[in-house]
Amino acid sequence: MENRIYSINGPVVTVKDTSDFSMMEMVYVGNKRLLGEVIGISKGKTTIQVYESTTGLKPGEIVEGSGTLLSVTLGPGILKNIFDGIERPLKDLLEHDGAFISEGQTVSALDDTRKWDVEMLVKKGDKVIGGQIFATCVETPLITHRSMIPPFVSGEVVEAKGNGSYTAYETLLCVVDENGERHEVSLSQKWPIKKPRPIKNRKPIGIPLITGQRVIDTTFPIAKGGAAAVPGGFGAGKTMLQHQIAKWCDADIIVYVGCGERGNEMTQVLEEFSELIDPRTGKPLLDRTVLIANTSNMPVAAREASIYTGITLAEYYRDMGYHVAIMADSTSRWAEALREISGRLEEMPAEEGFPAYLPSRIAQFYERAGYVENINESEGSVTIIGAVSPQGGDFSEPVTQNTKRFVRSFWALDKSLAYARHYPSVNWNQSYSEYTDDLSDWYYKNVARDYMQLRSEIIAILHDETELMEIVKLIGSDVLPDDQKLTLEIAKVVRVGFLQQNAFHDDDTYVPLEKQYKMLKVISYLYASAKKLVAKHIPVSLIVKTGIFDDLIKIKYDVPNSNIAMLDTYFDKIDKALASIE
Amino acid sequence: MAKQLLGLSEVSGSLVVYNNVEDVSFEEVVNIEMADGTTRTGRVVEIEGDKAVVQVFEGTMGLSKKNTKTKLLGHPVEIALSKEVLGRTFNGSGRPIDGLGEVYAEKFADINGKPLNPVAREYPKNYILTGISAIDGLNTLIRGQKLPIFSGSGLPHDKLAVQIVKQAQLSGDDDENFAIVFGAMGVKNDVADYFKRSFEETGVMEKVCMFINLSNDPIIERTITPRCALTVAEYLAYECDMHVLVILTDMTSYCEALREFSSSKGEIPGRKGYPGYLYSDLASLYERAGIVKGAKGSVTQIPILTMPNDDITNPVPDLTGYITEGQIVLDRNMHLNGIYPPIGSLQSLSRLMKDGIGEGYTRKDHKDVANQLFASYAKVIDARSLASVIGEDELSDTDKRYIQFGKLFEEIFIGQGFNVKRSINETLNIGWALLSTLPKEELDRLDPELIKQNYDPSHAERTIALALKGE
Repeated sequence: MENRIYSINGPVVTVKDTSDFSMMEMVYVGNKRLLGEVIGISKGKTTIQVYESTTGLKPGEIVEGSGTLLSVTLGPGILKNIFDGIERPLKDLLEHDGAFISEGQTVSALDDTRKWDVEMLVKKGDKVIGGQIFATCVETPLITHRSMIPPFVSGEVVEAKGNGSYTAYETLLCVVDENGERHEVSLSQKWPIKKPRPIKNRKPIGIPLITGQRVIDTTFPIAKGGAAAVPGGFGAGKTMLQHQIAKWCDADIIVYVGCGERGNEMTQVLEEFSELIDPRTGKPLLDRTVLIANTSNMPVAAREASIYTGITLAEYYRDMGYHVAIMADSTSRWAEALREISGRLEEMPAEEGFPAYLPSRIAQFYERAGYVENINESEGSVTIIGAVSPQGGDFSEPVTQNTKRFVRSFWALDKSLAYARHYPSVNWNQSYSEYTDDLSDWYYKNVARDYMQLRSEIIAILHDETELMEIVKLIGSDVLPDDQKLTLEIAKVVRVGFLQQNAFHDDDTYVPLEKQYKMLKVISYLYASAKKLVAKHIPVSLIVKTGIFDDLIKIKYDVPNSNIAMLDTYFDKIDKALASIE
Repeated sequence: MAKQLLGLSEVSGSLVVYNNVEDVSFEEVVNIEMADGTTRTGRVVEIEGDKAVVQVFEGTMGLSKKNTKTKLLGHPVEIALSKEVLGRTFNGSGRPIDGLGEVYAEKFADINGKPLNPVAREYPKNYILTGISAIDGLNTLIRGQKLPIFSGSGLPHDKLAVQIVKQAQLSGDDDENFAIVFGAMGVKNDVADYFKRSFEETGVMEKVCMFINLSNDPIIERTITPRCALTVAEYLAYECDMHVLVILTDMTSYCEALREFSSSKGEIPGRKGYPGYLYSDLASLYERAGIVKGAKGSVTQIPILTMPNDDITNPVPDLTGYITEGQIVLDRNMHLNGIYPPIGSLQSLSRLMKDGIGEGYTRKDHKDVANQLFASYAKVIDARSLASVIGEDELSDTDKRYIQFGKLFEEIFIGQGFNVKRSINETLNIGWALLSTLPKEELDRLDPELIKQNYDPSHAERTIALALKGE
């Protein structure tokens, strides 16, 4: 019997009296064959959410099951591409359908005409196991694609092609498993987006994801395989920070998910990333990037899927042994999509209309981050950096609160800092990173022994300043004793000279750890030296007059990244400046 | 062949329910013919089996179970498009109300539009000179941007919109291809009138297409007004190669209409009773601003919204701010101090500004001057709050100079008045003059080289004196 649409309400349609569909099965809805997913099965009816606009759909049109869960295609050709939330390549849609996206377009995820120069690593007669790398090809000048046997396939290779050029969909291997079943293996494989890809085991976290952003690397670091949240009201600079991390962090692969955000922003990423050159490799940044764009005016159900599509692509590259960072901008839109669908299903709402399962969905997403040993014994990681857009900039709302429970780095963006054009507007009192302890060993060995100590020092200065400012707000700064005045002055150097970072300045946009460390060291040296003078009752105003504080604030511009040794001259400079007073 | 239904089975608020409907499609338009021969329009919003729920744009007053004949038209809500729409006035659902008869349509288009493929977008970079320093200097408007005005009851947002239209249309070399689409949702009669009169006075009326839904018009009509306006705008931009400025006012009334409709449908409310899909709905409007690759035209949006109780965290401004590329916030205190336009500089922002200014667009030093003005003005606010506690006399010398700077900044830079149009050079020169009233060491966002060239306290006095005279 054919299954026909019974009711339609926005993106939700139902089919009556059927037992043909399974939960989360991908289905084709109506004459236009819109893509949908089964989200509820009850006694009388099956509920389907549709990933495309349902305008014009009629009851009685046919719903056809696909027999598989909602899946994405994984294979070479993902990098440098831009997909929508259900992995349709937007460039192909543009060619196919024009500037505006209409419904029912079927284009294959990967280019089926492009041939890849494949080097085969297995031959006939070999035994293979799931996850094993059987072939490689150069996907972009930066990244070698390592094609793997699908995770649950193992056995003996009975047929194998040799080295040569093949498309992503051509069968390259035939594997017969112990039950005698034949599996055809090509460069591409399918994977259901809501199911994490299997791993061998999780490894302890201990290597930082270096972003070149001082406020992150030094004050609130994130580990490879960790998870961070960036909450902030509109205009606080979430997107800007995400872009900066995507541009400069030392991951091998970047998955950038624009989930329910602005179309122009995605265009900007696309343009900027094709022009920008990765400083470490000299190749365009786009060569290591995949974009998933489900802008706010695209169908809401596909917005819900886009986050899962992104993380599945990330896991796929992790399985090859790469370090992957995924930026999700913004997870709030994803949560709102959940709420919207939940509302249409007339589910009982919990806080602020969000469904009761919101925390578990958020947890499921962030738990897909990790530093792991893959089933092919390589090591890789997925780091998640999720933006949160709290309503009214109020961090007590459900999405921020629930996200906070499942991430260990929390970079709270502050509107008042953004108003003062202090960027990145990470508020040092509200933010935290639980990774500092895990990473201190790494910093100790790879940067400097006293790095963590200097870090604590500047955090203490900032904390002191916050307390002093309470007093200053009441009685002004003139009445403070000199040692406290000095704290205020040095805190200003830390805030303006260190935490503030200019994303548009050629040198300041990315700062290597070595420079970050030396900057800290210089600031700390000035603080210690000036303290000695203050102890000798020399007024702070005199010390400030030497201009040495302003010199330190300008270090970020004055010392180029190519000449970090120049920072060593500042110790002398400080000595001379201070000696001039005595 | 259109199908016809006799009578109906339920009426609830603006919704009508029909039973035993065959072959009805989602979001299809229906024509309801009343016993007296008048017709109303509606749209299918929900289908369950053979039951269809229809929202009626003109309201359900006078409808009974028997006195109607309903035709299903078999297509979604469409609007007639033609270049002739310029100079015309329509009601909120796209019917002419200026007595000049129907528009001869070159084509019809679905008012919901279709999502623009992000790959097909061109990143907006071309700035629009509005002649208003607070906008050009600090929150530059870019062609293809959506930049809302966040206002409150009693603030001069309408006046500002008119000033932008008046001054912006004269600039640039694309004058000929300039058009304005004006969508009014739930505005008062005299506000609609004010806009109409201003357009006539400035001589742009033949370039304007107006859609007017007054505050006492049906709310369902209000939910489609901006869509009609944007569909026309897209047509003019992408098929007639025009640069279209869309002004939508008042988005708050639109959202309230949506809320009213949602609650009459019995949907589960989100924050403050607004439907859970308010974000998606607003996005489906705002995201229709932009430039399509290869097209000569563009759609720029200036939606105006009034913040209930001046509360920027209210869902309407909040969600708008998350979708639009910045916002211009009007400040009540500045308004009370007699400053026009009362643009609160710190809360305002233009996200696309950074790529549309500087060398080759406006002036090389623009970015730095804007940054420094922002940063210095932020310090003014600190100094003021300190002064309110310890008194102005007790402030340090630097803080006193900031107070002075703040006063000049608000009066001269921001408060230029309704009839003054400034070029980008004038705006930036005034900026430099104001910055020159501060101690040199305080200018920490500027390159020393730039300071050397432009920092000139003596010259500043003259510029300020001139500006005060209204030059």
